Amino acid sequence: MLFVVTQQLLLPISERGHKLSLVVNNLVVDHGAIRALNGVSFSVETGKLSAVIGANGAGKSTLLRTLSGLNKATEGSATWGDHNLLHGKPESHVRHGVSHVSEGKSVVAELTVEENLELGALWRRNKKESRETKKEVIELFPRLGERLEQRADTLSGGERQMLAIGRALMARPMLLLLDEPSLGLAPLVIEQIFQTIRGIVDSMKVTVVLVEQNAIGALKIADTGVVLNLGHVAATGSASDLIADPAVRAAYLGY
Amino acid sequence: MFQLINTILIGLTSGAIYSLMALAIVLVWRSTRVINFAQAGLALASTYIGYQVLQVIDNYWLALVIAMIAGASLSAFIELAFMRILLKHTNSGPIASVAPIIATLGLLGIVKALITMIWGGQDVIVKPPLSNTGFSIGTQTLVFSPMKLAIIISVALLVISFSLIFQKTNIGLALRASAYAPEIARLAGVKVDFVRTLGWALSGASGAVAGLLLTSNGNGSFSPESIEFSLLLISGFIAAVIGGLDSLVGAVIGGLVLGLATAFVLMYVSGSLFFVAPFVILLLVLFIRPQGIIGTKAGRRA
Repeated sequence: MLFVVTQQLLLPISERGHKLSLVVNNLVVDHGAIRALNGVSFSVETGKLSAVIGANGAGKSTLLRTLSGLNKATEGSATWGDHNLLHGKPESHVRHGVSHVSEGKSVVAELTVEENLELGALWRRNKKESRETKKEVIELFPRLGERLEQRADTLSGGERQMLAIGRALMARPMLLLLDEPSLGLAPLVIEQIFQTIRGIVDSMKVTVVLVEQNAIGALKIADTGVVLNLGHVAATGSASDLIADPAVRAAYLGY
Repeated sequence: MFQLINTILIGLTSGAIYSLMALAIVLVWRSTRVINFAQAGLALASTYIGYQVLQVIDNYWLALVIAMIAGASLSAFIELAFMRILLKHTNSGPIASVAPIIATLGLLGIVKALITMIWGGQDVIVKPPLSNTGFSIGTQTLVFSPMKLAIIISVALLVISFSLIFQKTNIGLALRASAYAPEIARLAGVKVDFVRTLGWALSGASGAVAGLLLTSNGNGSFSPESIEFSLLLISGFIAAVIGGLDSLVGAVIGGLVLGLATAFVLMYVSGSLFFVAPFVILLLVLFIRPQGIIGTKAGRRA
C-alpha cells in the first residue's frame, strides 16, 4: 500500500522518449553477504537535477559510491553517455567528467582551502584553464575566496560543504554526484546550499544526482526523483509528481 | 663549556642522520600505513651500491646521488612488487594489522641475505671524503669535524628539498592529500596508487642518504651485520614516533631530539649506555606524550 505509485511514474524515463545521459540498469551491489542494492534502474537526462531519496540504509550512498567507482557492482550496468561507470577507478571517471562529493563534507581537513580547490584540478593538463575554473568557483562561493589560506578544518560546516562542491567543480564535471550535502547543517545554510546546487545545474549545465535524507528540500529543487527503499526503487518520476504523491508523502516526506 | 659544545655538535650530527631515517619511516607510514623494517636493509643495500660506485669513480658526492637513486628505485620496486599485492590479500581479518609489518621483517632478512651473496660478509670501507679530525678551539680539539659539518649540511639540503617538493609542487600536494585522505584524493582525480609508489621512492632515497652518511660519521667500515644499521632503523623509528609518526617536520625534530638526548646521556651519564639510551628515551616519550611531540592528541585519523 505504501509504495503504490501511478503506472506513469513507475515507467522508466527511458521509455518516455527523452534523450538520456546517465542510465542505470538493474544495478545489484553486495556488501559482503548483504545485498545493498537489488536491481536499481533509473536514468537522468543531461542538464537535469535528480534527487535520490529514501530512509537510512536504503542504499543511497552505495548507489553513488558505485557510480563513482569506489564500490564494485555485482550485476547490472551504469553508463554516462558511452562511458561505462562500472569499469575503472574513480580517478579515471573524473577524467570522463564524473565527479563525486562523498558523504560528510568531502574535503581534506589538513590542507588549506586553496589546496583543496587545486587538488580537484591537479589532473588537468591545461593549468591556465584550471586557474580560470578556480576564479569561477570562487565567484560562486565568495566565502571560500576570503579563506583561501585557512586550513579546511577551520571552516564552518556549510563552508566545508561549499569547498567540497567547489573542489568537485574544479574538475569541470558534466555529471556531479552529491551525497547528503545538507547533513548536519543549519536550515538556513541548507537552503543556501540547495539553491547553489540548483544554480550549478542551470548556469553550468551540469547534470546532478543529489542523494538526500532531506527529501522535501531535495525534491523541491530537483527535476526528477528516485525513491529508494531497502535497495529497491520504490518510485521514480518528476519531482513535483513525487511530492504530490500521497504514498511518497506519507512514507518519506512526513506529512 | 667546551664539553657542552662538543656534546651538542655530536648530538646534532647523529640526530641529522636519525632524522633522515625517521623521514624514510614516516614517508612509508603516510603512504601505506606500514612500518617498514626492510628500511634498514634498503639503506644498507644503497650504501653498498654507493661503495660499488666509488670503486669505479672516485667521487663521494656523485656516489651519494647514485645511491639515492638506487635506494628510491629499490624501495619503489618493493612497494610495486610485494607490498601492493600483500596489502590487497591481507586487508581484512585478524592478520590485517600485523601481516604487512611481519612481511617487511621477512624482506629485511631477504635483502640482507642478497647483500651477503653479492658483496660477501666481511667489512668494506667507504673512505669519508672529508677529514674526521675535529676542529680546534684554541688548544682544544672538538670531536666535530669537517665531515660531520658536511653531514649536517647534506641533511639540511635534503630536508629543504623535500619540504619544497611537499609544500610547493603539484606532486607534493598529491602526496599530502593521498596521505591524509586517500579516498577524497582519489575522487579528486589523483592516481593514488602511483602516488604511493612515489612515497616509497622518496623514502628509499632518504634512507639511502642516511646509510651512506652513517658510515661516514664513523670510520667508514661496514658489513651486512653492522650493528649500526640495526640501530639506525631503531633510532629512526624512535625519532619518527617522537615526531608523531605522521609529520615530516616531526620526523626531523624527532631525529634531532633523539640525537641530542643520546649524546648528553653518553657524555654526562655513561658511555656504556649506547644501546640502552634510545630505548629509554622511546619509553619516556610513549609514557609522557604517546602522540609524539608534533602529533595531535586526538590522533589525526581518529
